[in-house]
This record gives sequence, structure tokens and C-alpha cells, in this order.
Amino acid sequence: MPNSIGATARRGDTDAELTAISGAWARMLSAEEWDAVRLSLAVAGRSVLVSLLPAVLVAWALARGRFPGRMLLDAVVHLPLVVPPVVVGWGLLMLFGVRGPIGGPLNDWFGVRLVFTTEGAALATAVMSFPLIVRSVRLGLEGLDPGLEEAARTLGAGWLDRFLTVTLPLMSPGILAGAVTAFAAGLGEFGAVITFASNIPGETQTLPLAIYSATQSPGGEAAAGRLALVSFALALTGLLLAELLGRRLGRWLGRA
Amino acid sequence: MLEVAVRHRFPGFALEAEFGSPGAGVTALFGPSGCGKSTILAAVAGLLRPEAGRVVAGGEVLLDTARGVSVAPERRRCGVVFQDARLFPHLSVASNLRYGLRRAPRGATRDAEGPGFGEVVELLGLGGLLGRRPLGLSGGERQRVALGRALLARPRLLLMDEPLAALDAGRRAEVLPFLARLRDAAGLPILYVTHALDEVDALADRLVLLEAGRVLAAGTVEALAARADLPALARRRDAGAVIGCTVLGQDAARGLTRLGFEGGELVVAQRPGLAVGARLRLRLRARDVAVATEAPRGISMHNILPARLEVVVSAGEAEAMLRLRVGPTALLARVTRDSVGRLGLAPGMAVFALVKSIAFDHAGPG
Repeated sequence: MPNSIGATARRGDTDAELTAISGAWARMLSAEEWDAVRLSLAVAGRSVLVSLLPAVLVAWALARGRFPGRMLLDAVVHLPLVVPPVVVGWGLLMLFGVRGPIGGPLNDWFGVRLVFTTEGAALATAVMSFPLIVRSVRLGLEGLDPGLEEAARTLGAGWLDRFLTVTLPLMSPGILAGAVTAFAAGLGEFGAVITFASNIPGETQTLPLAIYSATQSPGGEAAAGRLALVSFALALTGLLLAELLGRRLGRWLGRA
Repeated sequence: MLEVAVRHRFPGFALEAEFGSPGAGVTALFGPSGCGKSTILAAVAGLLRPEAGRVVAGGEVLLDTARGVSVAPERRRCGVVFQDARLFPHLSVASNLRYGLRRAPRGATRDAEGPGFGEVVELLGLGGLLGRRPLGLSGGERQRVALGRALLARPRLLLMDEPLAALDAGRRAEVLPFLARLRDAAGLPILYVTHALDEVDALADRLVLLEAGRVLAAGTVEALAARADLPALARRRDAGAVIGCTVLGQDAARGLTRLGFEGGELVVAQRPGLAVGARLRLRLRARDVAVATEAPRGISMHNILPARLEVVVSAGEAEAMLRLRVGPTALLARVTRDSVGRLGLAPGMAVFALVKSIAFDHAGPG
């Protein structure tokens, strides 16, 4: 595992731009540390983008569907919450490794390699935060009066029409809450990422991995402290933003 | 023209009902809660698939389990008004109203020529509400919007599932006249589920009386109200005959209004709002009608009608229900069993019906 922040492949251009724009702010952290912050945001963002749609569909199926294997699906979806993250990472390695049953064909046919890449880190994060989105969306769905969908039906709306004009808008607070929670949790995903995507600065070294590396290197306490502070600030901003958006959405939906 | 036949079993309850309705006008499904009337409505709307059933509206088969036909609810064009309004909370009143209108088949818009958006807004007094959200509306306003939304979907049939049951007395009185206006303006068959007799009096043309999942009786409101042998109706405190009347005259000097019905006349404390010639429907409550074997004298009551006693039915332990004929019109009177014995009341006797007071429960056009 590459260990110290100093051994980074630099991204000169973006560093220069960032330094120019943000001045003092940017100098608060080193270029490598900024990389970690950017990577964390990118990985968490991508993980939400990847898992949102399937999570909404699975939540829909679990809340409204009556099909055999529903309980099993429910259990499988929730596994990442209870299984050690390292095990999830190991499972992904087995499946998506270059010789894995999914990773092999991906690599051979499309030249897509997930292990030890930013995309891989995003995939691991997505799997970990998937149950968070499903739970939140499902909660929103179960609080939604099915009578409204019935009413839409009697007014001539087919299933897709009903879903888009009634169900989706009314479940949007649940989707938003799920996405924000998943994003915030994704910023800090450690075990699955380090196991599946490893700890490569500038590639897969997200904030928590950078903090871990800093604590492992001599004299890294100050860097760890700065990064921890950034983590804290990001989490707080995320939570406040979610609250604000939630209220806005509530008003728009005619609830508040 | 509407034909409905539904058979469905629930745990501990079996529904087996069949009735028809000749066309435009309100058919009330009346009965206690749990008698299956809302289930029938859901089956007509397609929201419940009965084990067996057949629904034909305006010549089109919407459901025929024997032939495996079941039109999807979104294509049945049944406008449903639910007890709880079910307005879309994220849409404005105007968007709620247009929800069904936008999805109405174009052909239907042209050939049915239903009332337009502006007309419905006018009819239901919604002009001031259009920009608002359902959350900010009162219960009565919500129900009016729900009526408009259903009507604007260009339905072939309106289904109303206790639309006033969730409202308090004041709100009901506010919405009821709008319902009557909608009935007259829509010119559609309306199935109206209720357990409130005053709504039946004010709105319904025909009545389907339900009890424990079966149809006890069906017919015009007047015909059923005059039957003493229907306990579901006769046991109620507000049981009584429903008769159509015409305003004959206003006597301002004596403070009286004269009403004529087939076979006689009634005098009531003056109702200045009624124009001479206006038609209205009255419910003469059985408990407000007394019987005498001789014409009483020196009595404050105005309405002493010569009548013939037709039927005596026991109603509860201590009371009896009498059906009287005044000309072709039937009246009901509730008296004690003791009175029946004391006066020797028997079918065929000539008696006098004494009408104490007259309920103008939402007397709509008859």
C-alpha cells in the first residue's frame, strides 16, 4: 500500500488554478490534501449518481411490490449495513477483480478496470450507501397515501404517468434525504474503499484514507488534524444544506 | 343507462348486489356502514376487482368477469369523488382541476361537450381558490375542488363515495347546494354512496337500499320512503314519507305558505323565499304525523288531512308504523302500540292525519 502523501503523482494544472482562485484558502491545505478532499467529493458524488436510480426502484419494489423473494431482497439490500465493510470490499474484489466473473469480461471486452481506480472507489462507496438510500426512499413511500395514486388513476393517468406526476414528486423528500445521507456517509467510507480500491493518492485516497495515512506517517499529526477539520466542516455543511433543501421541498409540496 | 352486478366475498362478509339505473340523475346507495356500498363503488370504478360481476355504463361493458373483460380504471372514465377529497398536495387548485381534463380522451371532449374549465370554476365557486394549494383549503373547499376535478375529467359516470361524511354540519350545508347544482348541470348518471338520509332527500332520484351486502329494495326515493316495511329506513328517527310539492301561494297577512301535493294541501309557517309555482320535495317525518279517528276541533295544527289507513307495521317493541293514503300520496305515521289498540286502528279505516311540523331538509327541486 503506498503510504505517504508526499509520494503523489501531481496534478500540476488543477493545483495551479485552485491556488490562483482560492488564494489563502487553498494554502490552508497542501496540494495532496486538496486532492484527497476533491477525490472524496467526487467519489461520494459518483456513488450517489450510480446508486440513486436502482435504490429508488428497489425501494419501490419493497414498499409496493408483492412478489416471491421480497424478504430475501430486503435482507440482501441491507447486508452492507451489518457486514464488516472490509468484507464488502473483499466481495467486490472477488466479483470485479480483473479475473473476477464481472471484472474479467469488463476488462477484456471494454478495457474497464475498476480495482484500484477512482471508479472502483465510487462503486465500493455506492454499495455501502445503497441501503441508506433504499431505507430513506422507502420510508417516504410508505408515508405516501396510495389513495392519491388511485385518484390519479380514476382521472385517466396510466402507471408511468401516475409515477411521474404524483408518486415521484411526493416521494422526492425521501429521495433527497437518502441522497444527502448517502453522500455524507460516502465522504467517509473507509473499509470497503481501502480493500477494493486501495489507498492510492490522487486516485483512490479519499479523506478518511488520507487521514489514516497521515496518522501512520511520522509528523503527520498536523495534516491529520487539518483533514479531520475539513471532514467535520463538510459533514456539517451537508447536514445544514439537507435541512434547508428539505424545508424548501416540503413547502413546494404543500406540506409545511 | 347503468347496470351493476357485483359478487365478492371478504372474510366474514359476502357482497351480492345487483341494480340498474335508467340514465342521468342521482342513484343513492344507502345503508349502514359496512353494508358494502363503498365496495360496489370501487368495483364500478375498477379500483377493486370483484370475484364476479358485470358493469355496463352507457352501453359500454366496463367489467364482465364471465367474459374476462375488465377495463383498466384509467380508461373507464368514471369520475370518482372520495370522502377524503384526495387532492394532489403538490399541485395548485387549478392544476388539480386540470389533471383529469388534460388526460380526457379528445373524442370525448368533442362529443360529450362537458362543461369547460371556466364553467366548472363558476359552477362550484372556485374562482378565488385557483392559485392556492390544497393544504390551505377548508374541508368544504377541498371537496368542491374534488367535485370539479372529477367533473372536468369528462366522465361518463360520476361516483361519489360519501363526499360529505368527513365534513361537520356547517361545511356539509355549504357543499350540499353545490352538489345539487353539479347534478343539474352535469346531466350524468351519478352513483352516490351515503348513510345520511337528508343527502338522499336533497339529491337522489332513486334509492338502492343495502343491508349486509344485499339489495333490500330499489326504486324512487318517494316510493321507498313511503314503505313502512323497510326497517333500515323505518327504524330511523328521521324516517318519513317524501312527497313532491308545488308552492300554491304566499299569505303574508297570516304568515303562511300554502303547498299543494297530489291529493291535498299543506300549510306551513311562511317561507318567503319560495316563488309561487316552485317545485320542492318535503320529508314528512313519521314522528311528526299523528292520527285521529275523528276530526279534531280547537287544535293549533293547520294540517288535518282526511286519509285512509293502509298498513300497520310494528316498529320496535312499543311503537307501530302506519301508512296512510291521502289521495294517491302515501304518508307514514309513527304511533305507540297502545294508541293502535286504544283507537282500534286497522287497515282500511278512514282517519285524519295530523301533520305537526314539516321538515324542509334541504328541500331540493322535486
